[in-house]
Amino acid sequence: MNELMTTVDWSRWQFALTAIYHWLFVPLTLGLSVIVAVMESIWLKKRTEKWLACTKFWMTIFGINFAIGVATGIILEFEFGTNWSNYSWFVGDIFGAPLAIEGLLAFFLEATFGAVMFFGWGKVSPKFHLASTWLTTIGASISALWILVANAWMQYPVGMEFDPDQMRNVMDNFWALFSGIAVNKFFHAVFSGWALAGVFVIGVSCWFLLKKRNEDFAIRSIKVGGWVGLMGMLLTMYTGDGSAVEVARHQPMKLAAMEGLYKGQQGQGIVAVGLVNPEKTWDNAEDEYLFKIEIPYGLSILANHDMNSFVPGIADIVNGVSVNAEGDTINTVSYPERMERGKAAIAALREYGLAKEAGDEAAKAESLQRFEKDYPYFGYGYFDKVEEAIPPVGVTFYTFRIMVILGSYFLLFLLVALIMAYRKRSTIVKTKWLQWVAICSVPFMWICSEAGWAVAEVGRQPWTVQDLLPTKAAISAIPAGSVILTFWIFAAVFTILLIAELSIMMRFIGHESKQNLELDKANRK
Amino acid sequence: MAEENAGIIVGRRDSWLKRVWRFYVEGFKGMTIGRTLWAVILIKLFVMFFILKLFFFPNLLNTNYDTDAERAEAVRTNLTK
Repeated sequence: MNELMTTVDWSRWQFALTAIYHWLFVPLTLGLSVIVAVMESIWLKKRTEKWLACTKFWMTIFGINFAIGVATGIILEFEFGTNWSNYSWFVGDIFGAPLAIEGLLAFFLEATFGAVMFFGWGKVSPKFHLASTWLTTIGASISALWILVANAWMQYPVGMEFDPDQMRNVMDNFWALFSGIAVNKFFHAVFSGWALAGVFVIGVSCWFLLKKRNEDFAIRSIKVGGWVGLMGMLLTMYTGDGSAVEVARHQPMKLAAMEGLYKGQQGQGIVAVGLVNPEKTWDNAEDEYLFKIEIPYGLSILANHDMNSFVPGIADIVNGVSVNAEGDTINTVSYPERMERGKAAIAALREYGLAKEAGDEAAKAESLQRFEKDYPYFGYGYFDKVEEAIPPVGVTFYTFRIMVILGSYFLLFLLVALIMAYRKRSTIVKTKWLQWVAICSVPFMWICSEAGWAVAEVGRQPWTVQDLLPTKAAISAIPAGSVILTFWIFAAVFTILLIAELSIMMRFIGHESKQNLELDKANRK
Repeated sequence: MAEENAGIIVGRRDSWLKRVWRFYVEGFKGMTIGRTLWAVILIKLFVMFFILKLFFFPNLLNTNYDTDAERAEAVRTNLTK
């Protein structure tokens, strides 16, 4: 068991490391492509050289990020086949279909129109070039759609039936994959990329202002980056609210972990700032928080858009009190009973295999009937203790607050930056504190974005597929040593890539800042 | 203006395949910062596909079993033991 847990833990860390690094590049690609497309649209309308130079500058930054980040996600697929082989078989075509579509679409749109976008200046008409830029932007977002549809299915598995002969889930309704969780998740992730790119563009532009170089270019960039970022942040908050409602309906345990809530009530408040008590467990009498500042009714409003609604806590859910898809309080199956029924489902599946091998049709039918009855709780059968089915409360609680607090800060930041950019030219040029704040804010935007990912993924633990397959069953029988080795190889490779990106990007920004960015490159000398 | 509406500006007698080929070749040749990027990309892809994938990340089920039926039984054994 210890060896298994070490393999599971290291494989989870490895997956997390890969996903964290991948997510450093992705949101900037998603958002910067929109900013570049908007700038090019303005250029096509105004036909002034300064907008062309502006477009090309940010397009090159986009290209650097795209080139370094491309294919880092492939590593995740390697890990499915090696570390998570039970999982990758179990999920069957449900997971494979969206990923295959993603691969084809991404290749077609990004390779074709991305090439026109980068190589096509002066070779294709401006309108065709702009169309290619927008299609590359749309292609990047569509890629994200399929990845997030697959991820959402893991959090809310629908549209499939388990085939005990193939030992995998078979899709029976493709459109069911576009659940509320998937739709909110997609828009939440894409719009957060807009916000991130907006903050990035403002940060880089403020560095120009601080250095007193290309000030008009910087103000122009702040205006476009600010608008895209502000729109992105507002829409991120809107879709985040939608996500909270979906999580409350379909993953109430995750919501309870996000709040560190063990015993829920009607009119439940939300903790704005607090410290969770690490000694608290679902079945002891310790206080939930060491300290908290609570907003009355906040969680009920967030979860159900109803200030008097009931929000279950961890202990409630373990004891079988939850909410249904309509937000009504219901009595459901307690976790101890789920664990029993899960074990019964696992036994029935084993017996089905034995009956199949023996060619005993009657035994097959009988075990299949038992299996189907308890399949909704299949994954709980792998747990020996209730605690194993509860997500890490501390990490989920704190990352949720980091995301929300930083997100709120960036809403204010984007608003202030935009207002300053539209005031008298001297205002933003002379406001050094804002320039420093903008530069220093850039890394925090990534922290905000990664924290959002952590809430979504840590909060759904221990599941790879909600209720059906926990990480400890999804793992391959491989030695922990090999996972530890590849973990450190990845850490090294990705760190080198990150350093390469930052170094190439900063060299480019430094070099370009000394050029006249009011002119197109071809006309500078 | 005529040029702008003409789409890809190359010799009209060339086949589309040649035009696309030339488009990419000229694009790559015209790169400045892109050359460093391509070096990074190629090294990255080499490390990923020829080192990590080949030596460290075999697809266990595909490597150890020949048919889907065998893979399904292996997963059944793993999930029900």
